[in-house]
Amino acid sequence: MTLLNFFISGISLGSIYAIIALGYTMVYGIAKMLNFAHGDVIMVGAYVCFYAVSRYDLPPVAGVALAMFVCTLLGIIVEKLAYKPLRQAPSLAVLITAIGVSYFLQNTALLLWSSNPKVFPSVVGRGAIKLFDGQLSLSHVTVVTIVTCVVIMICLTWFTGNTRMGKAMRACSEDKGAAQLMGINVNATISMTFAIGSGLAAVAGVLLCSAYPTLMPTTGSLPGIKAFTAAVFGGIGSIPGALLGGLLLGVIEIFAKAYISSQLSDAVVFAVLIVVLLVKPAGLLGVQMPEKV
Amino acid sequence: MTMKRLINLKRVEARRIFTTYALVTAAFVILQIMSSTKILSSSMRGMLVPICAYMVMAVSLNLVVGVLGELSLGHAGFMSIGAFSGVAAAFLLQNILPFAPLRLALAMIVAAAFAALAGFLIGIPVLRLKGDYLAIVTLAFGEIIKSLLNNFYLGVDSGGLHFSMLADNTRLLAGGKLIIRGPMGISGIQKISTFPMGFALTIIALAVVFNLVNSRAGRAFMAIRDDRIAAESIGIDITRYKMMAFVTSAALAGAAGCLFAMNYSTIVANKFDFNTSILVLVFVVLGGQGNMLGSIIAAAALTILPEKLRQFADYRMLLYAVLLIAAMLGANNSTVRRFFDRFNPFSQRPEEEEGD
Amino acid sequence: MKKVFALVAVAAFVMTAGCAFGADAFKLGATGPLTGGAAIYGNAAKNGAQIAVDEINASDSKVKFELHYEDDTHDAEKAVNAYNALKDWGMQISMGAVTSKPCEAMAAENFADRIFALTPSASAVAVTAGKDNVFQMCFVDPNQGSASAQYISDKNLGKKVAIIWKNDDVYSTGIRETFVAKAKELGLEVVSDMTFADGNDTDFSVQLTDAKDKGAELVFLPMYYQPASLILAQAAAMGYAPKWFGVDGMDGILTMEGFDKSLAEGVILLTPFNADSKDVRTIAFVREYKKRFGEVPNQFAADGYDCVYAYKQALENSQATADMDAETLCTKMIEQFTSMTFNGLTGSNMTWSKAGEVTKDPKGMIIKDGAYAGLD
Repeated sequence: MTLLNFFISGISLGSIYAIIALGYTMVYGIAKMLNFAHGDVIMVGAYVCFYAVSRYDLPPVAGVALAMFVCTLLGIIVEKLAYKPLRQAPSLAVLITAIGVSYFLQNTALLLWSSNPKVFPSVVGRGAIKLFDGQLSLSHVTVVTIVTCVVIMICLTWFTGNTRMGKAMRACSEDKGAAQLMGINVNATISMTFAIGSGLAAVAGVLLCSAYPTLMPTTGSLPGIKAFTAAVFGGIGSIPGALLGGLLLGVIEIFAKAYISSQLSDAVVFAVLIVVLLVKPAGLLGVQMPEKV
Repeated sequence: MTMKRLINLKRVEARRIFTTYALVTAAFVILQIMSSTKILSSSMRGMLVPICAYMVMAVSLNLVVGVLGELSLGHAGFMSIGAFSGVAAAFLLQNILPFAPLRLALAMIVAAAFAALAGFLIGIPVLRLKGDYLAIVTLAFGEIIKSLLNNFYLGVDSGGLHFSMLADNTRLLAGGKLIIRGPMGISGIQKISTFPMGFALTIIALAVVFNLVNSRAGRAFMAIRDDRIAAESIGIDITRYKMMAFVTSAALAGAAGCLFAMNYSTIVANKFDFNTSILVLVFVVLGGQGNMLGSIIAAAALTILPEKLRQFADYRMLLYAVLLIAAMLGANNSTVRRFFDRFNPFSQRPEEEEGD
Repeated sequence: MKKVFALVAVAAFVMTAGCAFGADAFKLGATGPLTGGAAIYGNAAKNGAQIAVDEINASDSKVKFELHYEDDTHDAEKAVNAYNALKDWGMQISMGAVTSKPCEAMAAENFADRIFALTPSASAVAVTAGKDNVFQMCFVDPNQGSASAQYISDKNLGKKVAIIWKNDDVYSTGIRETFVAKAKELGLEVVSDMTFADGNDTDFSVQLTDAKDKGAELVFLPMYYQPASLILAQAAAMGYAPKWFGVDGMDGILTMEGFDKSLAEGVILLTPFNADSKDVRTIAFVREYKKRFGEVPNQFAADGYDCVYAYKQALENSQATADMDAETLCTKMIEQFTSMTFNGLTGSNMTWSKAGEVTKDPKGMIIKDGAYAGLD
């Protein structure tokens, strides 16, 4: 029963990683860019929701919607000012700019909202589903997170598979030059990707802080790196891969803590990642691109 | 390519190398004079050694990122290994070698050796991967090194060296001393790093990298970077050359870590985290990939910048972020670049890579 | 936006204050993490110290201060940089750094330059070890660890104890180390000893399950209040309710915005400061702090405040004047601090040993109905 409980904890943690990883993987898949500022957009989303719900007494749903709106807007602005001018630049230049954006968001948050941690009001409630006479408990946040993940995953898969915009995104992801020749507006498509990714970040932020309710300007950065790892684990660029990678990473982390060593759990998580990448160099569900000779 | 152009290119390269050495030496001489005549502020004096360490870090990472073309996000891990092994070595040598510069030099050699060994062991799996996957695995190794060092205990007593993991089980005899204390790191380090030693290490790092880049191996690195498959098809042993660059880079980072650590009275593993790796990467990218002088200037400038922004108090780090973004945008803006190229006698823009 | 204006206003105020007393004010320099993950502690100490300085400068006291805080981002390298910047500014006396590792690196410089330091909250032993001019306002970590074990044993709070600690943190490790040693000596049984670190400080289900399964009656939490708040919430969700025992870093948990105080019901902690205290000076300090910064001050703020007043007392006693150089002041301060008794917000009748460690009584507090209540 303990094992099962740990498994559930792992799933809870993993679902949070997964939802952050979805945003990472989406942006990477299309813009081919490691957006290290993603974690900080998450933090901004959580703050917006926090202020909407606990200071201005908006209903949680309105809080989430507002957070999504603000983050989408933020994503568009950041993309326009910081990433778009670098479209032709080497990919490392964009990576460094993303880090600059990450510092910028963290320090702006520090000035605006102070360094004192805030306790986030759960938008879902603190309840839990009890099974087997209460021996197992599955919190509502976890259920909502997993459902949200699956919904987002299905929507994204449908969107990229069936809509004009989505198809344009996939085309850009495969070959920007060819996409341009086919009359796709590559710039607009990539901007759109950032807008969607940032909107997802807001949802992730709200759920992250609902599950683990403290909120500081640095809240997004470490889960961001873990989620990035999860995205690579599942095969970066693959949408179902992000979900699988996130859940697995969460479960591995909890099991490593419980059965190997709480001190070395992070080392174990990263070691597993390395082994997986050695066996499957493109991650679990990633597609190995054939080399063009 | 005609023979004449090739010779010309070589001449330009030789001039670049000469200028790099000359500028670094000139900067050292001027700063050393200013420092000994106390014209230099305490703030600047205090940064001289860390700047040297960061320069060596940047130059060594540039070998992997700029010359070899592989993204490494765990360079601070090697710095960390060098810092801890170097400080431990210096501690053990304390009574045997009273002459501090020699002790530091030996400690740096030990540090470089340990970091090179780690680089070799990590290189075996890492170099089988490519692109962003290689990057994430180096990040993972960086985190693993940090996590292991945070749980590593090393002590010395009359019976020799003792170490343990997770908890202090070294069971030192009376009179023994615990050198590395897990999460508490190392305390009470004798600060023997000096600016001249830092300068010496910088020159050595430059010499190693320049010699390597302009040797047969260096041409192989660049061939691998520009077209791996073509390089392979003409019989270049890719793994071997990649490993050579990776291990050299790790060794230099280890020596830099030792120099850095011996400049402070205390050091912890957490100092060498992902953020430090990223910081060094920023030096490399801002200075220009493959451009060693650029790395050196960027390392110095970006170490001094946050200190010079102190007058802005609360807005300091915000301003730093804005300047960093602006610098990246400026460096990749063709108008800005053309403007600066006019002052650069070595501009070699034509073969600039196109965005892919 | 209001905050930005407030900041500007405060900055302007500080500047004018600086000008007004510039000639005969002591230049007091300090560093702390004002940005980054540890910014809560640095800003609190800075704000507390600033209140004390403004109070003193507005009074008719002969001793005036000019306080200058620099950001060290909780990093030893940056702390030394910040220290050097303060030296260039003309610092005469120092308040060290707020956190342990940066302060340890800086203390070596303080020692070499003969600039006296009194740190509000850097509690590791290594901060003061081997330096005659570095003093602490807070308990040193090992003392907290052994005092906690002693307290648990004396009050019979439980025989089986679990510990959750942060194993990449000097403060947490330092307290835990001596706690374990002392617990063994007193016959307390440590049944579960689990850790977390920066990258995995969100989920505590494994640590809590381990403590629960091994029948721990009391869980010792040597950590700051932010992770502690998560632990308490997750334990409540699990239906696990042991006795909780915290250290001074736990102080602040009740004032976190949005925190459900019922979660902390029954938590015992040893802390030198109590924001709900009926002490007149504490009430005035808390009121002023709330007015200026919109938050309830924690222990760090109180430590910062006390440091400035301790300096005032020592400078007055030694008849120091602001035109003395740092080295002269250093000698005078060493003399004063090893002989004087100081009453502050974080304790009465404080004295300092030659090693620089403070002696003050930790107050055992229990959280009842969302507020501290004395345990003794």
